[in-house]
Amino acid sequence: MSPQEQPVKFYQTGTFTVGNRLLAENQRSVQADMHRTNSLNSGHRACQGCGEALGARYAIDAAMVATRNQLIAVNATGCLEVFSTPYPETSWQIPWIHSLFGNAAAVASGVAAAQRALGRSDVRVIAQGGDGGTTDIGFGCLSGMFERNDDVLYICYDNEAYMNTGVQRSSATPPAARTATTPALGPSPGNVFGTGKNVPRIAMAHRIPYVATASVANLRDLERKVRTAMDIRGARYIHIFVPCPLGWGSMPENTIRIARLAVETGLFPLFEARDGEVVSSTPIRHKLPVTEYLSLQKRYAHLFGKEPDLARIEQIQKMADRNIEEFGLLR
Amino acid sequence: MLKQTEGSHAVAEAVALCRPQVICAYPITPQTHIVEGLGEMVKAGDLASCEFINVESEFAALSVAIGASAAGVRTYTATSSQGLLFMAEAVYNAAGLGLPIVMTIGNRAIGAPINIWNDHSDSMSMRDAGWIQLYAETNQEALDLHIQAFRLAEELSCPVMVCMDGFILTHAYERVDIPTQQEVDAYLPRYEPRQILDPADPVSIGAMVGPEAFMEVRYLSHHKQLRALTLIPHLAAEFQKRFGRNSGGLIRTYRSEDAETIVVALGSVNGTIQEVVDEMRAEGSRIGSVSISSFRPFPLAPLREALRRAKRVVVLEKCLAVGLGGIVSDGVRKSLSGIVLNGYTVIAGLGGRAITRGSLKRLFEDAERDELEQVTFLDLNADVISAQLERESAARRTGPTAEAILRRIGTVASSIG
Amino acid sequence: MFQIRIHGRGGQGVVSGAEILSVAAFIEGRHAQAFPSFGSERMGAPVMAFCRIDDKEVRLREPVLAPDALIVQDQTLLHQVDLFSGLPVRGYILLNSVKSLEELGLDGFARGVQHYRMCTLPATELALKHVGRAVPNAALLGGFAAITGVIKLPSVLAAIREKFPSAIAEKNVAAATEAFDMAAKGRETIDAQAD
Repeated sequence: MSPQEQPVKFYQTGTFTVGNRLLAENQRSVQADMHRTNSLNSGHRACQGCGEALGARYAIDAAMVATRNQLIAVNATGCLEVFSTPYPETSWQIPWIHSLFGNAAAVASGVAAAQRALGRSDVRVIAQGGDGGTTDIGFGCLSGMFERNDDVLYICYDNEAYMNTGVQRSSATPPAARTATTPALGPSPGNVFGTGKNVPRIAMAHRIPYVATASVANLRDLERKVRTAMDIRGARYIHIFVPCPLGWGSMPENTIRIARLAVETGLFPLFEARDGEVVSSTPIRHKLPVTEYLSLQKRYAHLFGKEPDLARIEQIQKMADRNIEEFGLLR
Repeated sequence: MLKQTEGSHAVAEAVALCRPQVICAYPITPQTHIVEGLGEMVKAGDLASCEFINVESEFAALSVAIGASAAGVRTYTATSSQGLLFMAEAVYNAAGLGLPIVMTIGNRAIGAPINIWNDHSDSMSMRDAGWIQLYAETNQEALDLHIQAFRLAEELSCPVMVCMDGFILTHAYERVDIPTQQEVDAYLPRYEPRQILDPADPVSIGAMVGPEAFMEVRYLSHHKQLRALTLIPHLAAEFQKRFGRNSGGLIRTYRSEDAETIVVALGSVNGTIQEVVDEMRAEGSRIGSVSISSFRPFPLAPLREALRRAKRVVVLEKCLAVGLGGIVSDGVRKSLSGIVLNGYTVIAGLGGRAITRGSLKRLFEDAERDELEQVTFLDLNADVISAQLERESAARRTGPTAEAILRRIGTVASSIG
Repeated sequence: MFQIRIHGRGGQGVVSGAEILSVAAFIEGRHAQAFPSFGSERMGAPVMAFCRIDDKEVRLREPVLAPDALIVQDQTLLHQVDLFSGLPVRGYILLNSVKSLEELGLDGFARGVQHYRMCTLPATELALKHVGRAVPNAALLGGFAAITGVIKLPSVLAAIREKFPSAIAEKNVAAATEAFDMAAKGRETIDAQAD
């Protein structure tokens, strides 16, 4: 077998990636390309270690390759919008519009309709927002876009709370997590168990052509999913897990590590679905207990300490185990 | 071409002639027939290169319009009442972003209590959002104003609301003259955006603007509307030349040049007012009326000129500044700054209450004798009011107010007026 | 100006009736205004529609409070709505009923102080006969044309043809034409009653 044919299995350990120069050109990531569009240019005002800045750059650059740079982005109000366009500067190198908090999906539907009216079938549209703008206030418009099967890829950067406004709980905030509106006080510290929405599953329930989850710890997987999505016409949804050092109380240098732990514990399963059915999932190579993930974040600090809250940690572990079972992640 | 048709349908035809490229709307009485009409035209292939989108809420409707307009295409939507409120955030957003969207408002009262009939509370609630607001007196004017609206919006990069009275105009069959496509094309050229989302020339639209520049940005939108004070009459004059009709403009006067009493109003009620003016003139009264066609920008100077020689001005409005009185009156008063005359506010027609010739004649005659209160609620049923106030002072748990009143009035639709 | 007020119940084509009437007037080169008045209830609730016909633009926007002619599509409204409100002396009343005025006990009323020009017309029966649906509006318009002469039958028929798809239109045309003939026969009697 020639070097080109031999499959290369490589694993990302820590935050170092296997050098792209060892791979054939067509296997290299978009991010490794000196000529990538760098759609979210440097100079933006994101926090050190911001997972969302990483996720957005990864996703949009990949989409630009897939669309031969014919891309328009619609952004909901939120961290990404605010840190990427500090007046009077913008770090976006692509046509970009920010309208309101809850309407990114609808505005994107409008942009897409305009391209059809103009006969520009080559120009594609991405709507993007954080979990707040997607799972809560933007939910109605999101569902409408899904239901109409509008040709829009919606990307949700999920850092599990309203970060831009000071870390308040959203319907994406996981159980037990401390936020400004779910303080670590009383008999049920942190966010309440038994609440919350799983938007990837809701997206699947709309039977849209493509739904996927992705993580900033798996660059190639994320890029592949974006490029797959851009090969499809119709409503598509990608949910990207993006740690937030400020909101989660984690070290900026641990962002990618935490993102990987979320996957390796089973808390954030990576999968793809088409027309409402799961078609693939990424196996967990080496399962880790949820404590490895939780202990790196101060928003879970109340679960640890002198008297660890074993019952709640166990409930979280059960959630992870359930994901592993449902998606068959250990195989 | 002359046609006898429903107001909504006439508007749909006018909008279609303007070559819209994206139409999106959410149904709400009484605008539904407009959008249904346009939807049929699109589906039947009568509207080339036009996308029609059924959205899931009014908030989505205007948001879709924002996206389409920012992407450089001519965009249209319509709503009323609750729907306008539901899209309120987007209404301000569209104006702030300078997007030339045209939206029909089928004027309808805002609840609670829920009411599907006509008044101006809906468009009035958005009067300061930065949209231009034009009010139609007849269905002919309604259809004409849409054609002028697209031209106005695109020249200024400012969204425009065309307001027409729900049911009274939207559901009324009237004779209208529908222009030809050539006539409209000659008046309304292709849309050339000032800003556009285009991969060939990327821009960022909608960034945050801080204290250092917000005042200036806001002033510029105010300035746009001030420019509209010149542009609106200019476009109306051109319209008159090309189409042969006097539609739009800032205000229209009727027998007011030598009038001692002048009535000011918006929309379809002006027709009834003119009938009463004729009747009273024949009896020797020196009375006239002024119809405000452009409410935003508010035509301070033309109004001042039209009203300043009168002894008294009666502003008849289908809206209410709760706790204060008139909304339109405020603007009229401002236009008369420094001029002393008697000003009366009459709140009428709220929630679709009929405004009759008879009531208006009595009202205007009272005005002529200066026997009017500062603020009058036309044809208010005093018995019903006092009965309710008595109930409320007698007990605590008096139940829902509206329902209590309805019980006294009797069934809906069993009386004529 | 000639003002018509039509009373009926939701689902009986009251609003369409007024619209067709306005189109008929338009066809004759006149100005006409037609508009509805209804509550938010559905089928079966009392509904009114108004039509004004004039040789100049109609500016008035109030409901028709002083109709020159009344068309009553549903006789059960006689006891429910203040139908005759505003009708002047010698005003026309066209009532949809198989019964005659005598049988309805209304002949005294008609010949009374107001000298109404009133007659009945079995419009629902004509509709069932020609169209197969109990929607009496077209027939009543044919009758209206006959007893008032305000609008000509050919205009009513042309308006019907504009409003409905051709198959249904022709059936309504037949109903309206038979109604016209029936009412025309009774016109002299009505006029004599009023004098």
